[in-house]
Amino acid sequence: MAIQDEKQCSADLEDLDPQEVKNNLINKYPPKVARKRSKQIVINKIEKGRQVPEIQANVRTIPGIITQRGCTYAGCKGVVLGPTRDILNLTHGPIGCGFYSWLTRRNQTRPAGPDDHNFMTYCFSTDMQDREIVFGGEKKLKQAIEEAYNIFKPKAIGIFSTCPVGLIGDDVHSVAREMGEKLGINIFGFSCEGYKGVSQSAGHHIANNGIFANVVGLDDNVKEGKFKINLLGEYNIGGDAFEIEDLLEECGFTLISTFSGNSSYDYFANSHTADLNLIMCHRSINYVAEMMEKKFGIPWMKINFLGADATAKSLRKIAEYYDDQELIDKVEEIIAREMPAVLKAQEDVRSRCEGKLAMIFVGGSRAHHYQDIFKEIGMRVISAGYEFAHRDDYEGREVLPSIKIDADSRNIEELEIHEDPKRFNPRNSEEDLKRLAEKGIELETYNGMMSDMSDGSMVIDDISQFETEKMIELYKPDIFCAGIKEKYTVQKSGVPMKQLHSYDNGGPYAVFKGAINFYYEVDRMVNSKVWSYIKAPWQKNPELSARYAYE
Amino acid sequence: MLLRHTPLKIQDRKALSVNPAKTCQPIGAMYAALGIHGCLPHSHGSQGCCAYHRSTLTRHYKEPIMSGTSSFTEGASVFGGQANLLQAINNIFTIYEPDLIAVHTTCLSETIGDDVQQIARKARDDGKIPDGKHVIHASTPSYVGSHVTGFANMTKAMANYFAESTGKKKNQINLIPGYVEPSDMEEIRRLAELMNLSTVMFPDTSGVLNGPQTGRYKMFPPGGVTIPELISAGDSMATIALGEYASGDAARTLDTKCKVPCKILDLPIGLQATDRYIDALRKQAGTDVPTQINFERGQLLDIITDMQAWFYGKKVALAGDPDQMIALSEFLVAIDMWPVYVVTGTPGKIFEKRIKEVTRNSPYPVKVKAGGDLFLLHQWIKNESVDLLIANTYGKYMARDSDIPFIRYGFPILDRIGHSYFPTVGYRGGMRLLEKILDAILDRKDRDSPEESFELVM
Repeated sequence: MAIQDEKQCSADLEDLDPQEVKNNLINKYPPKVARKRSKQIVINKIEKGRQVPEIQANVRTIPGIITQRGCTYAGCKGVVLGPTRDILNLTHGPIGCGFYSWLTRRNQTRPAGPDDHNFMTYCFSTDMQDREIVFGGEKKLKQAIEEAYNIFKPKAIGIFSTCPVGLIGDDVHSVAREMGEKLGINIFGFSCEGYKGVSQSAGHHIANNGIFANVVGLDDNVKEGKFKINLLGEYNIGGDAFEIEDLLEECGFTLISTFSGNSSYDYFANSHTADLNLIMCHRSINYVAEMMEKKFGIPWMKINFLGADATAKSLRKIAEYYDDQELIDKVEEIIAREMPAVLKAQEDVRSRCEGKLAMIFVGGSRAHHYQDIFKEIGMRVISAGYEFAHRDDYEGREVLPSIKIDADSRNIEELEIHEDPKRFNPRNSEEDLKRLAEKGIELETYNGMMSDMSDGSMVIDDISQFETEKMIELYKPDIFCAGIKEKYTVQKSGVPMKQLHSYDNGGPYAVFKGAINFYYEVDRMVNSKVWSYIKAPWQKNPELSARYAYE
Repeated sequence: MLLRHTPLKIQDRKALSVNPAKTCQPIGAMYAALGIHGCLPHSHGSQGCCAYHRSTLTRHYKEPIMSGTSSFTEGASVFGGQANLLQAINNIFTIYEPDLIAVHTTCLSETIGDDVQQIARKARDDGKIPDGKHVIHASTPSYVGSHVTGFANMTKAMANYFAESTGKKKNQINLIPGYVEPSDMEEIRRLAELMNLSTVMFPDTSGVLNGPQTGRYKMFPPGGVTIPELISAGDSMATIALGEYASGDAARTLDTKCKVPCKILDLPIGLQATDRYIDALRKQAGTDVPTQINFERGQLLDIITDMQAWFYGKKVALAGDPDQMIALSEFLVAIDMWPVYVVTGTPGKIFEKRIKEVTRNSPYPVKVKAGGDLFLLHQWIKNESVDLLIANTYGKYMARDSDIPFIRYGFPILDRIGHSYFPTVGYRGGMRLLEKILDAILDRKDRDSPEESFELVM
């Protein structure tokens, strides 16, 4: 397979017919599996500007195929609520779920002071036993909440349901109400049992609903400051959010809240006082943005702070939105200040990475966002796909009306949101909207990943282990980006593997300095000496040419 | 402070677990199953379980961890997971071609009451299991026991499904190494082989989870106990099982099912437990202990002799799995260290009794808890500190906050390497443990010594 000497000629893409590659990926599958997978493996083709082929996504995983997907609990507790430091997150279930989601996602957080709450280093669980499975777990849950309150005195407690909770019929929501009244703090439950939906995506939705219904809008105090924004879908892996926060602050924005990297309960409660929602990860957080728009009249805008060009573009877009000359000038000043170092690094790294091939299979949104960074150092992303995204993340939000709602999605509650009678306040007048449209500033849109990918590239949804191995064998990429479960199968194949969920141990990669950081990370990996050591000298030259003789 | 909310005052908790010292059964079953050659573990439940177990094992071993999942949806949770498992079996044998699939259950499939054995029979009847291939299973509800229980259950399933007694004994012994690292399994077998014993060791993750970088990925690496070996386990002369919690059930199963007599020992961690292991091997082999083993024992003893000043009287807090904690505590006592707090998350009565036994001569009151958690351990430490903390990676948060020398030991270790390559069992493993203890204690002394008493020679 892809060891060093063979890899030299890996970029010979012209010999590979994408259709043939696709056949290679599915022809070993049983017929039904092959039929299903063939709809989730698409050869990209852009027509009429932005039109891309249809891909099947957000559908059930095929049992036994070896998927990398996780569950609804992971999406809800692990991803969206996990990074919030001052909500005491209590897992209701057997010990495993809480244990595995304890500090494993590298979300960083920075409490304001030594006395501020930070529960992220703790794992709280009801450690459900067989007697609760038989007799019900509500009693134990109530007691656990009381004990947690007595020891930790949190301002809020979130309860996260694991698989057996739904099956035995524990009503976490009524327990939450009862205990909330009893203890006088905000307690809310999430019905995020692992079997719901088809992936962690359902958990994002449930988390969005819960945080919106129970926390957003509780604090109407309007903060001082100009250009009030929320940053949505940024989870502060490896410190990304810190970089973005610093940059936004320097530009003159007032950051009201982040959902949910480096976040706190109070920020969520106050988030409806912002003027604009910026969305990083569309998949995991678009629900909150839409609900905030409907209820409070806050528009949202898709941005991306991964990659220097994307960062500059996003900053300009936000500044244009506010149409404030001082802000526009400040943004330009910062871009002008940051770019020379970025360009210098790009040039340096390009000399060693130009033309190399990358594949990205993560998320969410990062399979899209990281393509920009690779392009900045001259690398080609020849295949990409999401683990748990929906069609709109691939094809753009225009396809939303045509997405069929299947039984699995129907099970996830869609909150009915109405304009808040007192607090609904559309942030833009008809005139503003006209001005924005004229400037080409699109609100509430996301064009998806595929229109940014070249013709002939392979787009693979929920890639299986088998397909991963085949893609590596056929394309011999220079770097493969995915998650921890794929990490060592890829590296054992002689291909460097970068985790783009957790960033391995790296980061931050956001905004200008982060982009430079990522360029050099890729450079280190694809040009590592280690790949030249795989064959021992005697394996390279096995012939015996001489021997010592003492006779 | 990272654990800023941990108070000195210890309040009784009956329902709330904080910072667990255990995880759930299925991950142990998955780990055990990887110790069979050509085996693909399979998680019968929601796909999140499988994702979490694979992720945690991957982080601990820095090796590929493969497993299938039945990917339950809401429908499967209501109507049962039979259709999902049948489809999974068919897909796995078609696509990945393992020799066997080792299915473990989850809290989900256990709560709804799926009968995996019946589903596997149906798969066989439907022709979904190719000839000569196998599907085995262990029942591993997450709401009972811990990851150690899951390991024990899958290990027992290996004996149950495969071991056969032909009536003709083979000149070999069974070794059940317990829930230890691949490196430990390798060492346990090496010692037996030095005693001239032929062995069947199961599970055996050596060569599977500490494999080489070759530039070629193999889903089923050369390591692992083979199915013919497992079948022959029923004809072995005897079974030596290490660790009651992880290996006891499998050993007794072989005894009941195939009349293979068993001896259940502590894990051979440290001097005396290794002595007992070697002595058991010696009696089984009917030979003298070879020079090599006596030499290694002497080396271990030599370190203890030379460095006892640094060990003497030091107080240690430990958290980990019960078999390890029992043997390790005994070793610490043997080198004049005092385990003062010992916690395992795994429930079970004999643990507290055994720890009290090995620490009976302690000058300090010993706090011990089975089914405890790291939060409680930290509270004990905050009330009266120790000289050394031994725990898995989660211990580093306590060690940093309370400024205690710290040794990573147990499962999981997510931030260091070494455990999969270098054993802590046997005399050589004991030497490694002593090196780790000395490094931790002496690095601390170097850090804290005033300049005038900063020493070159220690």
